[in-house]
Amino acid sequence: MLLDLFWTFFKIGAFTFGSGYAMIPMIEREIIDRKGWFDRDDFRNQFALAQSSPGPIALNTAVFVGYKMNGYKGALAAVLGTIIPCFTIILLIVVFLSGYKGNPYVEAAFKGVRPAVVALIAVPFIRWMKDLKWFFMIISVAVALVIWLTNLSPIFFILAGIIIGVVSVSLNIKKR
Amino acid sequence: MIYLQLFLTYLKIGFFGFGGGYAMLSLIQNEIVVKHSWITATQLQDIVAVSQMTPGPIAINSATYVGYSVTGDVWGSIIATFAVSLPPLTLMMMIAHFYMKLYSNQFVKGIVSWLKPMTVGLIGSAALMFANGQTFIDWKSFVIFGVCAVATWFRFNTIYLIILSAIAGIFLYL
Repeated sequence: MLLDLFWTFFKIGAFTFGSGYAMIPMIEREIIDRKGWFDRDDFRNQFALAQSSPGPIALNTAVFVGYKMNGYKGALAAVLGTIIPCFTIILLIVVFLSGYKGNPYVEAAFKGVRPAVVALIAVPFIRWMKDLKWFFMIISVAVALVIWLTNLSPIFFILAGIIIGVVSVSLNIKKR
Repeated sequence: MIYLQLFLTYLKIGFFGFGGGYAMLSLIQNEIVVKHSWITATQLQDIVAVSQMTPGPIAINSATYVGYSVTGDVWGSIIATFAVSLPPLTLMMMIAHFYMKLYSNQFVKGIVSWLKPMTVGLIGSAALMFANGQTFIDWKSFVIFGVCAVATWFRFNTIYLIILSAIAGIFLYL
């Protein structure tokens, strides 16, 4: 079982590129359709919690699937499976790239890539901001500007979100 | 003691890393670039590019990369990667254990709804911080940005986008 968990998440870890959302189709195929470890509703509910919990979504998914199958040992096996492929690949790249520091081709390629990275982050920001209610929309823009201009730690805003969330719910309960 | 600093910093990033990879970038930037100056903003941006083309979450990829560049050995990578995974591992196990109660809990719902605008704001700040003078060096970079923004809006494949902009960079800047 542990080996099966490790190997399944090794495959998912090795073949999911980009964001955690990109791995949903593959993970559902492996975990739900092929292995039958979860039913679809159960998986989607837990995935929703994995999204709101801190840390990479891929890792959180590995934890809750592994935990359900085999307790903390299962969670550990699934996490190792997820981490080992990307850890190895990045390590190879950093060792390899440091040999190419100052190479004109690599430098020129990165000059082309940097504006692309800004676009890759800016577009999801606009897209998600658009979906917020106007009040939250203003907050999100204000948070972005304040962090950018003052270098204030994002942790401050995360804590503020948690505290305001708890307080607003408490006030609602009192009202009723 | 660089290893301990690395461990504690990435533990913090793992613990407060709400909202997925792009939102975590703001936190990673604040800790690694602003507070510790372990790498530059441009280096982090290059890691993001590499991370988009390789499997795995950005947070893990950055931990592996920064761990190695700061200490110059594999142990730095292992320690940083382990540290960033530890909080999600323990927190998520607790959540998995209590999830039936948590899923319908109104406090959890309240927190999630207020974290949303915060994490979206963090993503915006990450984009703004990378949009600096190192990125936009001339009019050609603005053209690349514009083309990539339109392509991303229409959900063009990210890996191809990075490869094509790298090729464009070689043609335009070599």
